[in-house]
Amino acid sequence: MPVSPKQARTLKHRSWVAFLVLPPIVFMSLFVVYPILSAFAYAFYEWRGLARGEFVGLANFREVLFGATMAPVVWNAFSHNVQTLIALMIIQNGGGFLLAWLLYKEPFGFRFHRVAVFVPVVLSTIIVGFLWKLFLNPNFGLVNQALLAVGLDFLARPWLGDSATALGALILANAWHFIGFPTLVYLAGMQRIPSDIIEAARLDGTSEWQLLKTIIWPLVAPSTTILFTLLFIGAFNWFEIPYVMAGLDGSPYGNTDVLGLVFYRTAFGNQSASIQNFGQGSALATLIFLFIVVFASMLTLWLRRREIQF
Amino acid sequence: MRELTMKLTRRMMMGAAMGGYLLSAGAAMAKTDLTFWSWRQEDRAFYTDMIKKFQEKEPEISVKFETYAPENYQTILSTALAAGRGPDVIQVRAYGNLETIATPGYLLALDKQNVPELANFPEAALAAETLRSDGKVYAVPFATQTMLVIYNKKIFADAGLKPPETWDELIAASQALKAKNITPFANGTATAWQNETIVAALLSSMLGKQFEEDIASGKANFTDPRYVNALSKLKDISQYFSPNFIGVDYASSQQLFAAGRAAMFAGGSFEVANFKAQNPGLDLGVFASPVGKAGDERLIARYYDGGYAVNAKSEKKDAALKFVRFLATPEYGTTFTNALKNLSPIKGIKIEDPLTQDVAKLADNSMSYLMLVRFRYQEPSGSVLLQSNVQKLLAGQQTPEQAAAEINKGIATYYKPFQK
Repeated sequence: MPVSPKQARTLKHRSWVAFLVLPPIVFMSLFVVYPILSAFAYAFYEWRGLARGEFVGLANFREVLFGATMAPVVWNAFSHNVQTLIALMIIQNGGGFLLAWLLYKEPFGFRFHRVAVFVPVVLSTIIVGFLWKLFLNPNFGLVNQALLAVGLDFLARPWLGDSATALGALILANAWHFIGFPTLVYLAGMQRIPSDIIEAARLDGTSEWQLLKTIIWPLVAPSTTILFTLLFIGAFNWFEIPYVMAGLDGSPYGNTDVLGLVFYRTAFGNQSASIQNFGQGSALATLIFLFIVVFASMLTLWLRRREIQF
Repeated sequence: MRELTMKLTRRMMMGAAMGGYLLSAGAAMAKTDLTFWSWRQEDRAFYTDMIKKFQEKEPEISVKFETYAPENYQTILSTALAAGRGPDVIQVRAYGNLETIATPGYLLALDKQNVPELANFPEAALAAETLRSDGKVYAVPFATQTMLVIYNKKIFADAGLKPPETWDELIAASQALKAKNITPFANGTATAWQNETIVAALLSSMLGKQFEEDIASGKANFTDPRYVNALSKLKDISQYFSPNFIGVDYASSQQLFAAGRAAMFAGGSFEVANFKAQNPGLDLGVFASPVGKAGDERLIARYYDGGYAVNAKSEKKDAALKFVRFLATPEYGTTFTNALKNLSPIKGIKIEDPLTQDVAKLADNSMSYLMLVRFRYQEPSGSVLLQSNVQKLLAGQQTPEQAAAEINKGIATYYKPFQK
C-alpha cells in the first residue's frame, strides 16, 4: 500500500514520540513501579528472613497499626513526624520566606548572602548530621561552649541525650541544612512579581507588614504550593538526620524515633534486634506511601486553589 | 609528586602482574575453588595468612576471601542465599541472628561425624550456633566476647588505687578519682546499645548465675528484687560516668578513655584492641564486675560472636567442610587469639598477650550476656527493652522498679515462663 507523504510524516512523528517515551516508561516500570508493587505484595506474606512464607492477608497491616508490640512504636514515631512537619513548616519554610524577603530588598552584601544561605543545601546530609552531632556534644561541642562563653551556662545541656530537646535539635539541624532551598524558591517567586504592583502599593502608603501580608504572600502562592508539598513528603520520609544523629533506635528511648527508622529496623533489623521482618516492614512502607500520596495530593489541590494568575 | 605517581603505578602494575601469576599458578594446581564471605574487612591480612596455612595442608583447595560492610552483610548474604547462591563457607553471627539464616535451611548441619573438631568447643559456645527448633549446630564458633571493666593502670597507680572487688570499693574508688578531678568512668548512654553493655559489665556479679537459672526456669522474672536492686546500684554509680553522660555517645566515650582522660570503661573486651590501636601507650587492665558483698562469686557476662558455616546448597561441601574443620583446630584458635587479640573459644589454645590471658581467666567464671543470649529471638527483643529502659532510668525519667517492670512486660508478651 502506498503511503502518502502526510501519513509518512505522522508515522515518523509517532515513532519519534514512541522513541522518546518508551525508554522512560520501561525504566520507570522496571525501577519504580515494579518495586513499589512488589513491596505491596510482600506485605501480604509472612517472612522468615528473606524467604517468603505463607500468605497471611492483612495480618501484617493489622500488627503495624494495632498490634501490641508494633503499634505503640509506629504511632509514637508518627507523632514525631507530625511534630517535625509543623516545626519545619514554621522554621524552615517560614524562615525561608523571611530570608527571601530580606534578600529581595537587596541589602548590602546580598549577593554574598544569597550564595551563603544556599551552601548548606549542597552538603551531604551525612556530613551535616555528623557536624551537628559534634556541635551538640555536651562537653566539648560548639553550642555549649558558646553558651558558657556568653554566660548562659544554665541553658547548656546534653542536647541529644535529653528527651526534652533531642527531637528539637534534630529539627534545627535539618532546618539549618535546608533553609536555603525555600529561601531560593521564595526569592525567585518574589522576583516574578511585577514591580509596578509593589510600587503602586508603596505609593498608596502601605506598611511593610501589609505589603508582605496582602501582596507578597498571596502572589508567591505557587512557590508555597511546591514548598509545602515537598516539605510534607520530606517530613514523613525523614530518615537521614535522625539516623546519623540519634541512631537507628531513635535515642534517647524513642524520643527521636520517626517512621523511616521504624521501617528500617523492622525490615532489616538492627544490631540489638536481629529480627528481620520483611512482611511488617513492607506493610509499614506501603502505609507510609499511601498516606503520603493521599495527603500530599489533597494538600496540593487545596494549595493550588489559592494561587492567583497574573 | 609525579615521581611518586609513577612509582605507585609501577608498583601497582607489578602487583597486578604478580597477582595474575599467582592466580594462574593457583588455578593450575587447585581442583576446588571455595568462596568465603565475611564482614571482617579489617581482618583480611589474618585470613589471607590462614588460608595460606590451610593450603599447605590441602594444596588441592583454594579459598577466596570476600568481605562486605557489616551493616549490609546480613542483607546481602540472605539475598544471595534466598536466590540459591552465596559462598561455600560463610561467617555467620550467633543466636537470634543465626536463626534468620539457619531456619530456612540455608546452612549445613554440623555434627561430630562431619566435623569431629566440634569436641574442641565448650557447650555454651556450640549453643550459640545451635538452632533452637532442631537442636543442631550450624557453625563453628570463632570468638568469645566478655563484658567487664577495662581500667587505666597508670591512673589507678597514680591515685593509689587497686582494682575494686566489692561494690562499695568501686564507689569509694570512683569518689577518690572524682575528688582528684579524674572522670571515673568514660561511659555515656546516648548510644542505645551502650546501655546493655554497661549493665552486663557492671552488674553481672550482683545478679549472679542463680538469677539467670531462675529466669530460664521461670522461677523469677525481671521484676525480681535482685534485678531491681542491681538497677538501682547502676543508677547510683552513674553519677561517676562521663560528665553529661546522657548526651555522650559511644564514639565520644571511647575517645575519652583512649586519650587517658578517664580511669575506667565498662564494656566489651573487644574494646581493648581498639583502645590500644588508638593509643599504644595505654597500660590497661581488666576486672570482673564487683560483688555486692564480699565472698560472692565474681562474674563477667559472656557471649559468642558468631561462627563459620557451610552453605547447604554448595556443590563443594567436602572441601568446605575441610576448611571449616581447619578453622576449628586449636592451632587456628591460637593464631586467631594472638593475631586479632580476640579470644577464641577453642579449648587448649596458647595465649601470648598477658591482657588477653587475663580476659580468658575471667571468662572461666561467667554468666550469659543475658538479653542477647536468651531474648533476641522475638519482638520486642530483650536487648531493645533493656537499652531504652536503662537509658530512661539513668536519665532520671523512671525508677528502677518502673524500668524492670517495663522490661518484664515486653518480654512477657512472648516468653511463656513469664506468663504464669
